Amino acid sequence: MNNQQLSPFLKGMLLLGLLFLYIPIVSLIVYSFNDSKLVTVWGGFSTKWYASLFQNEQIISAVELSVQIALASATAAVTLGTIAGFVLARFKRFPGSSLFAGMMTAPMVMPEVITGLSMLLLFISMQQLIGVPAERGFFTIWVGHTTLCMAYVAVVVRSRLLEIDQSLEDAAMDLGARPLKIFFVITLPLVAQAIASGFLLSVTLSLDDLVMTAFLSGPGSTTLPQVIFSKVRLGLNPEINALASITVLVVGVLVIVANYLMLNSQRKRERAMAAAMRESSAG
Amino acid sequence: MVDAAKQSASEKPYLSIANIVKKFGDTTAVDGVTLDIQRKEIFALLGSSGCGKSTLLRMLAGMERPTSGQIILDGQDITKLAPYDRPINMMFQSYALFPHMSVADNIAFGLKQDKMPKGEIDARVAEMLDLVQMRKYANRKPYQLSGGQQQRVALARSLAKRPKLLLLDEPLGALDKKLRQQTQLELVNTLESVGVTCIMVTHDQEEAMTMATRIGIMSEGQLLQVGTPAEIYDYPNCRFTAEFIGDTNLFTGPVVVDEPDRVEIEAAELGGRIWIDHGITGPKGMQVWASIRPEDVRVDRDPVAAGPNAAKGSVAEIAYFGSYSVYHVKLGSGKVLKAMVPVNRWHEANLEPPTWGDQVYVSWRADMPVVLTR
Repeated sequence: MNNQQLSPFLKGMLLLGLLFLYIPIVSLIVYSFNDSKLVTVWGGFSTKWYASLFQNEQIISAVELSVQIALASATAAVTLGTIAGFVLARFKRFPGSSLFAGMMTAPMVMPEVITGLSMLLLFISMQQLIGVPAERGFFTIWVGHTTLCMAYVAVVVRSRLLEIDQSLEDAAMDLGARPLKIFFVITLPLVAQAIASGFLLSVTLSLDDLVMTAFLSGPGSTTLPQVIFSKVRLGLNPEINALASITVLVVGVLVIVANYLMLNSQRKRERAMAAAMRESSAG
Repeated sequence: MVDAAKQSASEKPYLSIANIVKKFGDTTAVDGVTLDIQRKEIFALLGSSGCGKSTLLRMLAGMERPTSGQIILDGQDITKLAPYDRPINMMFQSYALFPHMSVADNIAFGLKQDKMPKGEIDARVAEMLDLVQMRKYANRKPYQLSGGQQQRVALARSLAKRPKLLLLDEPLGALDKKLRQQTQLELVNTLESVGVTCIMVTHDQEEAMTMATRIGIMSEGQLLQVGTPAEIYDYPNCRFTAEFIGDTNLFTGPVVVDEPDRVEIEAAELGGRIWIDHGITGPKGMQVWASIRPEDVRVDRDPVAAGPNAAKGSVAEIAYFGSYSVYHVKLGSGKVLKAMVPVNRWHEANLEPPTWGDQVYVSWRADMPVVLTR
C-alpha cells in the first residue's frame, strides 16, 4: 500500500461496498426494536420481541442443541484435526501420504450436499445392518460436523507446525524427552493458538451449518439455523431480528476481545524485546 | 590446549567414528568419515555449506541414522542408540530455546527428563546460571533476551546434563560479527573450565582457528585433513584445504627434478620453475600443485636475480588494510599473484610504495611453497 490519496471514484466505490454489506445488518438490528408485527413497517420503539424470544421454547431449545453440537463437534474436530495436522506436517513420506493429505482436505472442497447425502445413506444402511445409530439426531449431526470441521483444524494446525522451528523438537529429544512427551510438552503448547482458533472456527462452522444438518437431523433434533430457516419460510417475524441482533452482539464482543488480547500480548512482547536489546547494548 | 591434545594422543580415543556413511536416496551426504577424538578436546569440523558436516553432527546426536559405519563413545557403541538415550547434548544453531518456558525451566528441562530430585535440579540450574553469568535472568522468557544472552542460555542448557560429548552447531552463527569475536574466547573459556569433550561445526575458519584444538576440513562428504590450526595452515595436504584456510597462490606443473633435498616444478603460469628445498615422493613428470601464501611473497621494485621462485609482473590492484597491503601482481602469463606486504617494508628501505601499473619483481624462499598432489 502506498500513501497516495484515494481518488473520489475509488472512495465512492468503497463507501458503496461497505453500505451494501452493512446496511442490511444495521436495519436488521434497528427493526428488532420495532413495535409493529410487520418486519418492514416501523411502528415505534419496543423491546417486546426480545422478551418474547426468551419465552419461545422452540428457539431456546434449538439454541441449546446448536451450542451443544457446536461444542461437541469442535472438541472432537480439534482432537482429530490436531493429530492429522501433526502427521501431515511432521511425517514427511509414508506410503499413501499424498492420498491421506487429499482425503483430509476433501470435506472442505466437497459440496456439502454430497457429503450430507452420502452420510445419510451410510447411517441408514448402518441402522439396517447393525442397528446403530438407532435414530438420526444429536449423534449423527455431531459426526457430520466433526468430519467437516476436522479438515479445517488440520489445515490450520499443519500450517502453524510448518512455521515452528523443528529444531525445538530436536532439542527436546536431545535433552532426553521421548516423542510422545515432546508432543505434549513442546509441540502442543506451541500450536495452542492455532488449536484455539481451529476450535473457534469449528464452533462457527457447526453453529451455522444448515445443509449437512438438514440431511442428518431427525424429528426430535432441530438446530437453530433450521428453526430460523423454517420461520423465514412461514413469514418473517421480528423475533428473528432480535435473535440475529443478539448473535451479532455476541460475535462482535468476542472478536473485539480476541483482537484486544492478541494486540496486547504482541505489544508486551515487542516492548520486552526492545528492552533486552537496550540492555545488551548498554552492558 | 594443543599440549593437552597431544598428551592424550597415546590413550585410547574417547570418541571413535569409524567409516561412517550417510546416503539420502542417491546422494551421499557423508562418505566414509573416520575420526578419533580425545577426551576434553575441542574439535572443529570446518567446511562450506552442504559439505556434510551438519549431517555428521546430527548422526552423532542420533537425529540421523548412519547408512553404515560405527560410532563408539567412551567404550560404548552408540551407533543405533536413540537421541534421548545418548549421553550427548547439542547446542543448536538457532539455539532452539523453548519459547514458552523461562530460562531456568529451559535449563532444567533435560534434568527433569532424567527424573532428578527437585532439590538437585535447582542446585544444578543455579550452578549453570552462574557458569554463564545469567543468574539474574532466570525467570525471563527467551524472547526477553538479546542474541548473546540466548546463546549463553543455550550453552547452559546443553551442559546441564553433564554430557560426555557436547555438540555445537555453528555456535556463534546467529550473532553479529563484533559480538562473535568477543564471544569466541568466552565460550572456549567456559568449555575448558567445564572440561567437556566438544565437537563443533562451523563454516567460519576464523572461529575454528580461534576455538578448536584440532580442525577437520570437510568437503563433499569427505574428511580431507585433520590437524591443529597451525598444521592445517602451514602444511595443507590438498588444494581444497590450501584455498579454504587463508588465502594462497596456486601454480601447477609437472615435476622436472625430484632429488631427496629438492624438487623443481615447471610452472607455465609463472614462466619459470618453482624450487622447493625438500623432496616429495612421487614419479617424475607427475602433475602437482605448489601453494604459496601471500605473506611469503616478497615484492621488490628492483630486479632480483633471475632463476626459480621469481617472476616479473605489474601491479594490477592494491588493497590497503592498514598495517599491510595486498598487491595483486599480474604476471606475463596473465595469472594474478597475491602478495601481502607490510606497510613498513617500503619505509625501512626508503622507497616509494609501488602503485598501479608499476613494474615489480616477486620472489619467495625455497622453504615457503607447499607441494600438493591432489
